[in-house]
Amino acid sequence: MRNKIITLVACAALSLSASAADKIKVGFLSTLTGPISGISSDLRDGFNLVLELNGGKFGGLPAEVVFGDDQQNPDVGKQVFDRMVRRDRIDIVTGTMFTNVMAAIAPTAFSNKVFFINANAGPAEFAGENCNPFYFSTAWQVESMDEAMGKYVTDKGFERVFLLAPNFPVGREHLDGFKRMYKGPIVGETYTRLGQLDYSVEIGQIRAAKPDAVFVFLFGNMGINFIKQYHQAGLSNEIPLFGPGFTFDDDTIRAVGEPIVGSLNASHWNEDFDNPANKRFVAEFERVYNRKPSIYAAQGYDAAQLIDAAVRDAEGQIKDHDRFRAALLQANFESVRGAFRFNTNQNPIQNLYLREIVREPDGRIVNRTVGLLLENHEDPYVGQCDMG
Amino acid sequence: MTATFLLEQMLNGLQFGLMLFLLAAGLTLVFGIMNMINLAHGSLYMIGAYLAATAVGYTGSFVAGVLIALAGTAAFGALLESSLLRRFYGRDHLSQVLATFALILILNDGVRMIWGPHAMLVNVPALVSGPIELLPGLHYPAYRLVVIAVGLLVALGLYLLVVHTRIGMRIRAGASNREMANALGGNISGLFTVVFALGAMLAALAGAMLGPVLAVEVGMGESIIILAFVVVVIGGIGSVRGALIGAIVVGCVDTFGRAFLTTILREFSSPTVADNLGPSLASMLIYIVMAAILFWKPRGLFPAQA
Amino acid sequence: MTSTLVSISSKAIASAGDAAGKRSSLVPTVAGLGLLTALLLFPSIAAALDETFYVSFVTRILIFALAASSLNLILGFGGMVSFGHAAFFGGGAYIVGMLSIEVTRDIGLLPGTQSAWVAWPTTMLACALMAALIGAISLRTRGVSFIMITLAFAQMIYYLFVSLKTYGGDEGMNIGTRSTIGFGLSLSDDATFYYVVLALLVVSMMLFRRLVHSRFGNVIRGIRENETRMEAIGYDTYRYKLVCFVIAGSFAGLAGALLANQNTFVSPRMLDWHQSGLLIMMVILGGVGRLWGGVVGAVVILLLEEILSEYTLYWQFWLGSLLLFLIIVAPKGLIGLADRAFKGGLK
Repeated sequence: MRNKIITLVACAALSLSASAADKIKVGFLSTLTGPISGISSDLRDGFNLVLELNGGKFGGLPAEVVFGDDQQNPDVGKQVFDRMVRRDRIDIVTGTMFTNVMAAIAPTAFSNKVFFINANAGPAEFAGENCNPFYFSTAWQVESMDEAMGKYVTDKGFERVFLLAPNFPVGREHLDGFKRMYKGPIVGETYTRLGQLDYSVEIGQIRAAKPDAVFVFLFGNMGINFIKQYHQAGLSNEIPLFGPGFTFDDDTIRAVGEPIVGSLNASHWNEDFDNPANKRFVAEFERVYNRKPSIYAAQGYDAAQLIDAAVRDAEGQIKDHDRFRAALLQANFESVRGAFRFNTNQNPIQNLYLREIVREPDGRIVNRTVGLLLENHEDPYVGQCDMG
Repeated sequence: MTATFLLEQMLNGLQFGLMLFLLAAGLTLVFGIMNMINLAHGSLYMIGAYLAATAVGYTGSFVAGVLIALAGTAAFGALLESSLLRRFYGRDHLSQVLATFALILILNDGVRMIWGPHAMLVNVPALVSGPIELLPGLHYPAYRLVVIAVGLLVALGLYLLVVHTRIGMRIRAGASNREMANALGGNISGLFTVVFALGAMLAALAGAMLGPVLAVEVGMGESIIILAFVVVVIGGIGSVRGALIGAIVVGCVDTFGRAFLTTILREFSSPTVADNLGPSLASMLIYIVMAAILFWKPRGLFPAQA
Repeated sequence: MTSTLVSISSKAIASAGDAAGKRSSLVPTVAGLGLLTALLLFPSIAAALDETFYVSFVTRILIFALAASSLNLILGFGGMVSFGHAAFFGGGAYIVGMLSIEVTRDIGLLPGTQSAWVAWPTTMLACALMAALIGAISLRTRGVSFIMITLAFAQMIYYLFVSLKTYGGDEGMNIGTRSTIGFGLSLSDDATFYYVVLALLVVSMMLFRRLVHSRFGNVIRGIRENETRMEAIGYDTYRYKLVCFVIAGSFAGLAGALLANQNTFVSPRMLDWHQSGLLIMMVILGGVGRLWGGVVGAVVILLLEEILSEYTLYWQFWLGSLLLFLIIVAPKGLIGLADRAFKGGLK
């Protein structure tokens, strides 16, 4: 039972100080099966890439990664996480894709003093009232991309906006984020069934409402379905479609193809970022995995880089939680997104950029960075966070 | 609310219903004739979609890709039936449920092993990629009209097959009375294989036709197979006509629920309540309708078996 | 308890279809007692080996065993294939969660309580009521219609909770703490919770055994074999089936309450049709209409899932292959297979 899917243990003995741990154990709890496994494998590959380049070590310590599949079900996720904490005795957990799984495992992580490095959309809860010294988000607060698009839509003078999101709390959070920065009139706000396949009704409603812009938050297959159908209805030529970056990321582009060209979205990262860390990441990712990295791959890579840097800065003393936490807070690594630091609620302060999906001369469809939307952006919940 | 919007929603309901019909037709035949509950029917739909996506990519032609997917999935279905599922005809429904559930797990991971975890790309053929102005002000996606046309043609073809051919006679005999079908003699196990392959082919047609509209991904079958079962029991098990009517009922109820429920609720309550209640009630609507139909007509609208 | 077990297991069963009663009572009783002893010692052994995780893992199996056994009452003994058992399993979890959360966050819809003595019986009662309502309508139908109509009600409840923002909607909600039971015991201690769950499972199984072998149980099995005949004899079969459905619903609710406590978290995932399907698979794999069928199925499926998912990303492929193999070699479930092997060995 002790064998792991992938065990990365370097056997060389280490000459660190006496109190340093002899290895670091990371639980990678993610949705590894089902429709979401496409993007979760990007996150996983990005994470593994750092280990690959580091010879299986984080900050000089041999790393052991325990993989677990939450099946997109918080009940299962909690059970698997329990095993990671109590049997495998992990020091860090990362990899979660869904806010419901995050919410389910967070109390166990905090009470067992396991650092939770969130590498995908961070819920408002953990940025605000339930922020915790053991929780770090290296991705983005759920609403930041929506806020950035809200600002863009306002700046460009759009005046009739139609909003669409799935009918669940996070869907409403996303639209709230958009509305925080967009102050103009909203001509329609529709909430669809979670996992909905057919959007013809909503597209009809959009056409009837005659908006001058549409903002959608949809993820995974919902985003793919909607964008395909929106294009087939001929609306993509008439009414511009906006959304957060991950609705318009590589996985969607690959599945939708030509119809997605021209969409605008906001993100904190893009493949074309001109910094040395990103250039190295993109090149190495392509070399190892034979495909272009997505936003999720970048997230996985940065999460692993953060762990790497913190272990190094804490000189391997990961069981000294205060010291390790201080090292994590420093975020002393070259992020692929450029400037990055943690706010007091341990959520990122970062830039958000406008991206446009274009067809390259070689025929590839990619996101191109076209401008800066929000500089050193903080999430709105930082004021509610009291670490005590 | 305008007449065009209403008409557009009717087309949407019809189109969604006809796609469900393609899935449900095979399901109801296999259920009615072989008395087999095949949960893995959705996996055949998924395989059809993946084969089509791959074949369209290779050949560059949408039509050729769809035809290859149909042939491939029918062959796969025939193989599956004759090598494995045939053993379960004599078994109780629960064994069939467990066996075909196991098959879903196997086929989902099988597809993931072969095609990888990412969603597949299928583009709409250029000819029908945009909208058509049907009436002044009524723009409708041309591809969806193609889907409607294909659905109607298949319905017609199945009707002709079932009512006017010798194999159709045996299918009807099988659906209404299994013993009689046996008594009619001939190669009964051959008939079963043909019916199963036909069902697989129809599922593949649904998968291939929906490829450009929906995400082609692992697990896509499960999200739709429950709806197909809803159609089958509403229509009456074994009845192709019932499956057609049931599919259109489900398609329209779902579409109209999403299109009008929130608006209607706003007439009776505050906008906030309506906006919260509307979407959830719309999600439940199909199930409410199914429960009502089964309560009053437990054997469905058009029971096939005597 | 020993004498009860012996006396129950030695009772002959009227129905010809049930092989359990025809077996010699000694071997299963000895095996059962051995297993029970092992289960009683388990937390101490796990603590000694410093592998306390497995205590909570086994607790989870026991909870699913209870849920699957409650389903087996209607599915196996009553022949009512419910595809909506998650409504009671997940519903029970939600009721405990809602009662608990009212204590700390005054929503005011319900009086809040964290006492297991109040919350758990309330949950069972509420689930019984829910089962009475759903059953009253669903039991007007039979066969496949019954399967689908129970699914329909479960889906309605699923979508209701997905959009109930007050209780977390699709995200689910954290409950904070486990229920309290007093007597200086704390359910937050995993070993204590384990013993409580084990005790409840054993008591429930004894009740189920009594029930199945009672006159009521005979009527229920008679209805499964031939409902028309039972009606002709003069039984109000609808009422019998409804009572059975209500009992099954309330025990599924209890299992749900326990799972909510185990996880201190509830979400609509516990209500959706995959969960109902999982419970059905457990019953079929273990043995339909066999008292211990649900237990065996829960143990095997959850163990396989746990072990396979550690070894390979494609664990579903192997789980599916194993299930397919098992259903081919064991048409009457694993208990049926064990029966056959046991008898074959004797002769």
